[in-house]
Amino acid sequence: MKAAPFDYVRADTLSHALETLNQYGGDAKLIAGGQSLVPMMAMRLARPACLIDINRLDSLKDVQLHDHEVRLGAGVRQRDLEFHPQLNSHLPLIAKGIQWVGHEQTRNRGTVGGSLVHADPSAELALAAMVLDVRLQLESTTEGVRTLQADAFFLGPMFTAVGETEALTDIIWPVWQGGRIGTAFEETAIRKGDFAMASAACQIQTTLEGSISKVSFGLGGVDGTPRVYPELAATLIGQHMSPALAQQVAHEAAQQTQPGSDMHASAAYRKHLAQALLTRALLSAYQESLHAQLPQDR
Amino acid sequence: MTQSTMTSTHTPIEKKSIQIQVNGVIQQRHVEPRTSLVDFLRDELGLTGTHVGCEHGVCGACTVMLNDEPVRACCMFAVQADEMRVTTVEGLAPERGVMTQIQDAFCEKHALQCGYCTPGMLMACHALVAHNPQPTEAQVRDAISSNICRCTGYQQIVDAVMYATQAQKA
Repeated sequence: MKAAPFDYVRADTLSHALETLNQYGGDAKLIAGGQSLVPMMAMRLARPACLIDINRLDSLKDVQLHDHEVRLGAGVRQRDLEFHPQLNSHLPLIAKGIQWVGHEQTRNRGTVGGSLVHADPSAELALAAMVLDVRLQLESTTEGVRTLQADAFFLGPMFTAVGETEALTDIIWPVWQGGRIGTAFEETAIRKGDFAMASAACQIQTTLEGSISKVSFGLGGVDGTPRVYPELAATLIGQHMSPALAQQVAHEAAQQTQPGSDMHASAAYRKHLAQALLTRALLSAYQESLHAQLPQDR
Repeated sequence: MTQSTMTSTHTPIEKKSIQIQVNGVIQQRHVEPRTSLVDFLRDELGLTGTHVGCEHGVCGACTVMLNDEPVRACCMFAVQADEMRVTTVEGLAPERGVMTQIQDAFCEKHALQCGYCTPGMLMACHALVAHNPQPTEAQVRDAISSNICRCTGYQQIVDAVMYATQAQKA
């Protein structure tokens, strides 16, 4: 399994990368970590005429922590997020989710932006991006800069709104304000680090009395894109979480999914997993919120 | 595919000049962009210690250190490693005829049978011990979860790392 021949350009600046993308008019691909693209090229599922290497663009590696949002450059490596000293206090859901992303060897190369534009339906960062409703900033020489919300970005399996000559440059993650926030990320895979058969992520904020004031949750690996359930989440506001309630909500969410069957798991088993994992995530995020600091220590 | 269609679809691609420091030695070569790092190490430099397993990032047999961090050498192209440092299994021990404590422990504890996964396992274990000199058994299992072994059932590999790191403590 060897990649088909291609030309290689190492970009010196973002505009150099974007201009080269434009010159090839859709026949070139940006390569960052390459942990999905290189295997696809080896299997010749991808045959770009040119690879534009954006690994050395420092402008894409910025991590900016603000009180209300975290701005991550698309080229930030997954491993750098994993060991970022303050990320956990700002975005605990990412800190938990990243543990499930591939292996140390792949996280050393893989980037946040690469995972999102690859848009594997079971990708953990894509699920976290949907649950936290991130904004994604895209740039091209012809269209300039535009931003999209996560639900307008993921269009289907391995399919996003990124145009052929466009690059994802920044991901802006909202940071929930106030304390008593709990998060959970649950997943089942054949081997830790492999593709999720199903995954569930949840972030919950509770009042001092223990009722839910804000909640978002989603499922990965069981549909063409990771999905979230704003209508179901809205029914939880003002309630106290209980095992029965978590199970009921998780059941309704799992029923709405349309997972596929493959050699690893049947569609019915994936639905079952989705329900079990989401039940667990809802309960665990809720419990964590009750014991979280108020206000959160940053 | 006939010969004529093969030649008609083939466009020659210019080779790139790269310079990579491999096991402390600077190597300069001209490579096709599509040459993977692992093929470069094996075919260009003759360093066949690094093994090629699945060639799509699943088995971990090709694990090498890139600027001291473990990566899969099948999941990057050699041109991308230009101006970087690579350590392969040949570069683990300080000199010929000497082995590292973990390599010795692999022998002692029978941590290999066919040996195909061993270079990758050794790199993964050395990467673990480099930042965690006394790992727990769970941490060792987590570190080698990236690598597939079809012979040992992993137990002896875990035993070897525990043996080597606890011997260091004693």
